[in-house]
Amino acid sequence: MTTVIDLATLWAFIIAFAVFVYVVMDGFDLGLGILFPLFPERADRDVIMNSVAPVWDGNETWLVLGGGGLMAAFPLAYAVLMPALYTPMIAMLIGLIFRGVAFEFRWRTTRAGRNRWDIAFAGGSLLAALAQGVALGAILQGVHVEGRHYAGGWWDWLTPFSILTGLALAIGYALLGATWLVMKTEGALRDKAYRLSWSLLFVMLGAISAVSIATPFLHVHYTERWFSWPNIILTAPVPIAVAAVTALLLRSLANKWDYQPFFLSLALFALSYAGLGISMYPYIVPQSITIWQAASPENSQLFMLAGVAVLIPLILGYTAWAYWVFRGKVRAGSGYH
Amino acid sequence: MVAAMFEGWDAVGLARAQFAFTMSFHIVFPAFSIGLASYLAVLEALWLWTGREVFINLFNYWLKIFAIAFGMGVVSGIVMSYQFGTNWSAFSDKTGPVIGPLMAYEVMTAFFLEAGFLGVMLFGLERVGHRLHFLATLMVAIGTLISAFWILSANSWMQTPDGYALNADGQFVAASWFKVIFNPSFPYRLVHMVLAAYLTTALVVGAVGAFHLMRDSHLPGPRVMFSMAMWMATLVAPIQILAGDQHGLNTLEHQPVKIMAMEGHYRSHKDGAPLILFGLPDQSTGEVKYAVEVPKLGSLILEHSLNAPLDGLDTVPRENWPPVPITFWSFRIMVGMGFLMLGIGLFSLWMRWRGSLYDSRLMHVFAMAMGPAGFVAVLAGWITTETGRQPFTVYGVLRTVESASPLAAPAVASSLIAFVIVYFAVFSAGVIYILRLMAQPPHHGEQGPSRDIPIHAAGITPAAAVAGAAP
Repeated sequence: MTTVIDLATLWAFIIAFAVFVYVVMDGFDLGLGILFPLFPERADRDVIMNSVAPVWDGNETWLVLGGGGLMAAFPLAYAVLMPALYTPMIAMLIGLIFRGVAFEFRWRTTRAGRNRWDIAFAGGSLLAALAQGVALGAILQGVHVEGRHYAGGWWDWLTPFSILTGLALAIGYALLGATWLVMKTEGALRDKAYRLSWSLLFVMLGAISAVSIATPFLHVHYTERWFSWPNIILTAPVPIAVAAVTALLLRSLANKWDYQPFFLSLALFALSYAGLGISMYPYIVPQSITIWQAASPENSQLFMLAGVAVLIPLILGYTAWAYWVFRGKVRAGSGYH
Repeated sequence: MVAAMFEGWDAVGLARAQFAFTMSFHIVFPAFSIGLASYLAVLEALWLWTGREVFINLFNYWLKIFAIAFGMGVVSGIVMSYQFGTNWSAFSDKTGPVIGPLMAYEVMTAFFLEAGFLGVMLFGLERVGHRLHFLATLMVAIGTLISAFWILSANSWMQTPDGYALNADGQFVAASWFKVIFNPSFPYRLVHMVLAAYLTTALVVGAVGAFHLMRDSHLPGPRVMFSMAMWMATLVAPIQILAGDQHGLNTLEHQPVKIMAMEGHYRSHKDGAPLILFGLPDQSTGEVKYAVEVPKLGSLILEHSLNAPLDGLDTVPRENWPPVPITFWSFRIMVGMGFLMLGIGLFSLWMRWRGSLYDSRLMHVFAMAMGPAGFVAVLAGWITTETGRQPFTVYGVLRTVESASPLAAPAVASSLIAFVIVYFAVFSAGVIYILRLMAQPPHHGEQGPSRDIPIHAAGITPAAAVAGAAP
């Protein structure tokens, strides 16, 4: 049985990795959409769009891998969580539709039409970000399961906590977007991105604190996980690391560096994500279904593992190449062509 | 208000309506982009090989259209991949161990490949050089075909499940991955669908070419694309009819009830079944009213013998009947479109031989009328195969009513209405943008999906922009 246990844990890490890569890569895309209304200038908007136009589709594919991988590796969890998160999932999909088509549509229309698709881009990005954050909160607070089915209603997800996580994720994405612009643009646009990064960083720290404080009140499991001895030896470094990364991030913003703010913001995301993992493990549906209960049969997980081992490094390789091709600052009037 | 619109509908019926609606929209885009990606690869290869400018103009012209169609395919596809969980959670739980890995492989081998190279294909020609750019185009084209491979394997497994066992939790478990992937109907369905995608694209390209040739039969771009498209129809339409016939025989072997529905055979025929050409199938009485039929021809086509007996739906328990009227009529629409495609292929061959391919008004009107025929055929064919396997999701094993999520009807009704509104708003805009691009002929020095030329050039040097826009 040990091999089954190992395989399920391994797959939990693979799915977690796919979701994290999604959050990292599509996070800044969605963040740019959230910040779009703050950049009313046409030229700025063109630059912002051009900075992600060649890569957004690949970024979004990690969401498909996360969803498809969950269905394949943990079908029970997928079958319970998707109906439980029905409304946020539908909202996210609709948000992603508006955001995704805007990349092409806004270049193919009149001035008035372009404004409409800019609104679709901003609104779709914000809706998708909020919905993903709400879904995260709804998972953390647990869902009502009976047998192999979700047994709650279609508004159970809506609580103050899930709204808090929804806002927190949208703010975090906005910070990623702002620091991405610091890295990819120059001049007045970059200065504005700097100023936004400052304010967003403080709001994000507030949001991280609020979620961290609220989580232990959701369930005694979380309290024990974080504060009981000897767990605290392993969990205490997480908030300490958050403080350290924040200090570095403040320094990099003060020195107006190009690359560090973006990558340090990603580090903040990684730490928050690790914190989530610490809270949830070994549950995939908190307090109801563990990763072993939800796991596919061994031969399904093994069959896919072969593909993951060969293909994911390959995917990361050519994705890195695509980013390399479009590296450097994006200038107004000299976009990708 | 929402509830009132769908009074009398249960959650399963609404979930089926939602799947049919979102899938009908989605399937149109991949059907077009699979063919278009291959066409773009051919155009770029011809340009690199011959150096003729007309090929790069055509490449850039269709690349802009491809970018829009592909984007719509991506966003409507994500909806499909999550809909299994939201609306069909019981199905996901039970079939996830078998279907899930096939879809995960689709993501890993196809979606990433397409998405990873799409940016370079669309915007990277001057950044990476010709050879690497061609490689990117090729990767996108291959990605669309790999995607078709996996998703049709998954779909075919639901039609003709093989190589599986059931575990204690009632889940399907793979006993042989080879048999799961290469299940009995898969090779036929894959060939039939990929050829359909190629024909669909060829007919669209042909219609656009014809539209511009009708105004000016000397334009080099439209001449080349029209000729290429008509060769495609000439050569592939007969192959497709043959492939469809083979697919039908495979269905007779593995899903005979679907054939009964397609043929309208409510009754068994002991010595030779007729071919019902047209009629009104009546599900409640179990007969085809006003049937126009050719005696014995049904047995001749399906069994290659005039007097071969054929079972009808009277041998099948009523609760296992598929909805015959839809299956019967969608099948006839698909077959009709197929023979029209054969017709335009042969007609163009005749026009070519007479030397009036680029001048015949009749030829061009015919080609324009046939522009949407591929989409109609793909949708009709898909409706045939999907309604024909009802009332099951996994044929003969898992019933559709046992596959749905435990959701209240208002939840599914609300999301269905939201999707209907959003899809019509978004995708009709996309189709309008595509038609606008198609309304312009490919120009000398055609630009790709470049972001800045139309914006900045027009502001800085209007004269150059106007000159560039003139045909």
